[in-house]
Amino acid sequence: MSGEFHDSVVKALGDDALRQHLRRAMDSLIEKRLAVFPDQDALQALRRYGMAIRGNALSKLPQLLERFEARCEENGVHVHWAETTDEANKIVFEILQSNDVKRLVKGKSMVSEEMGLNHFLEDKGIECLESDLGEFIIQLAGETPSHIVMPALHKSKQEIAELFHEKFPDIPYSDDVDELTAVARGILREKFMQADAGISGVNFLIAETGTLCLVENEGNGRMSTTVPRLHIAVTGIEKVVEKLADVPPLLSLLTRSATGQPITTYFNMIKGPRQPGEKDGPQEVHLVLLDNGRSRIFADEELQATLRCIRCGACINHCPIYTRLGGHAYGTVYPGPIGSILEPQKEGLERLGELAEASTLCGACGEVCPVRIPIPKLLNRLRWEGVRQDGTGETSGQGRRRKHSESLAWKGWSSLASRPVLYRIAVKSACRFRRLLPQQLGPWTHVRKAPEIAEKPLRELVEVQGFTDE
Amino acid sequence: MNESRQKILDRLRTVSREEGGWLQRRVDKRAWSEEEKVQRFAECMSAVRAEVYRTSEVSWVKDLQRILKSKGAHNLLYAPVKPHGKLLLEDFSSSGIELLPYDLEVERWKRRLFEEMDASITGCRGAIAETGSLILWPDEEEPRLLSLIPPIHCVLLPAEQIYSTFSEAVDIQGWVEGMPTNALLISGPSKSADIAQVLAYGVHGPKSLVVLIIP
Repeated sequence: MSGEFHDSVVKALGDDALRQHLRRAMDSLIEKRLAVFPDQDALQALRRYGMAIRGNALSKLPQLLERFEARCEENGVHVHWAETTDEANKIVFEILQSNDVKRLVKGKSMVSEEMGLNHFLEDKGIECLESDLGEFIIQLAGETPSHIVMPALHKSKQEIAELFHEKFPDIPYSDDVDELTAVARGILREKFMQADAGISGVNFLIAETGTLCLVENEGNGRMSTTVPRLHIAVTGIEKVVEKLADVPPLLSLLTRSATGQPITTYFNMIKGPRQPGEKDGPQEVHLVLLDNGRSRIFADEELQATLRCIRCGACINHCPIYTRLGGHAYGTVYPGPIGSILEPQKEGLERLGELAEASTLCGACGEVCPVRIPIPKLLNRLRWEGVRQDGTGETSGQGRRRKHSESLAWKGWSSLASRPVLYRIAVKSACRFRRLLPQQLGPWTHVRKAPEIAEKPLRELVEVQGFTDE
Repeated sequence: MNESRQKILDRLRTVSREEGGWLQRRVDKRAWSEEEKVQRFAECMSAVRAEVYRTSEVSWVKDLQRILKSKGAHNLLYAPVKPHGKLLLEDFSSSGIELLPYDLEVERWKRRLFEEMDASITGCRGAIAETGSLILWPDEEEPRLLSLIPPIHCVLLPAEQIYSTFSEAVDIQGWVEGMPTNALLISGPSKSADIAQVLAYGVHGPKSLVVLIIP
């Protein structure tokens, strides 16, 4: 492990309160999910259907994006394309500038986190206020989301109460959840009224109709996309589905897998800006489609499955590593299993390839994924991409995790294992000189005893039992 | 910008994959009777603290007045041109609850909308029994914010317009043929569990959702 990642892991593991808090939260999410999928056969059938819908969309991705764009233009939605997050930020800024926007409200969007949009715009003097309650809390605290669905998952009620008290000293201290929520409601309603623009993410894009779909519980997504005169949505190019009929099954998989809800409070389907005669809705709607490495992921037939993701976070909720570390230890925008396959591909294996190694490969993530992304298999694949030498893969930073010492050890092992006489001599001497072997084996023996080597090799023990041949 | 579009599409196009003709789409629906659908809808709605009342063509206006009074509402935002709006106008004068038409563009009375409205009423385009969801297609008369800003949102739902699933509603109502600028599924009052996974209601949208089912 690299220094930075190692340090954040050690720090996270030392935080007992955080670990207890996460364990409770994850247990409850796991139970809720189970309760809304009572029928195993139906669940498996729906997962297969979800996989087919997303797989179908990816198999026609360029055509569907063009169809979607054409529908949007008919509906009056302006579509912009960005290869990088820098480009996406600039596009958003230019739209805001030409509309003379000083203040904006944001609905929850992981792609905007990917872009670092808030910092970018605030540096240019535009006030960006997160309006999702969880995002509002972490923005107040100056933190980043620790979970893709529940951004303030790592914070306890008391921490939030103290944060509110510190930031809004005029409002009496309370750690009552309803009162804290009411405080946020009051502050944000004022902001919705004043905002010149609203920025949101997107859950699904429908190519057939040119529709932007948003899933939420609070109503801040609807506020951000309805009250201000300008709406800008940002999303990844992989979010498109072919037909409207593809949306109901995906929506059902998404909300049930994410939070164990049969459906969220609001499912918001946006076709376009306010039409003549309509009394509300934005005058202008823009959509920024971000690539940021996705087309590169798309190029590999196996790794392309990464792009099926509908961002429910079920893999995160079921991950033993995430439950012990929390989201911040990963140091990336997307934490947990999905982050460990997505981030190394987006950012390059030389920088984040070690995330693919931070897994026990227990398989829980793959089992719960609503679109059946074989996450453990892809983690393994990325480990290989990190050390492959042929240079023909699609993943950035391939071969960059190869270590001379490690490759030498494997070569030695391979040559030993393919020479029976040499192998026997090596095993025998290991048994004979077993007491001379070191007892300190680096990090392994910090918390464990070193393994003991038996007096006799397995082959001899087996022969004593009467087996003569291998 | 156009250059990026071209580059992204070109990169995607260099990858040739077999197109997914293998996807078998299906309309997911249940063989529920109208009564079963009403019951399932009401159960799901109650589970998320929405209030569901079974009323009738003749008594819904009186029921609505009673419900609004019990909640302490002083006014009701409504669409005067809709048939149910006209009925309200005939029968609401004696109730002591002021009827306010949503007849201006939002910019012209934003602060009043946010600060003075107690309740609103809208129709709907049907509902979904499986998940307890109302289908709303806001239009010129019943704008988008009518169902979002006032703390109490009341909805009239004809029982025969409850579909078993979302998939069935999309199919039977032919949504592909043409959707409004904004279509919505609403499944309860606004809520959040972002503070320590404790469920709180009335975050940004309505604190109460009242559904009046008319047989």
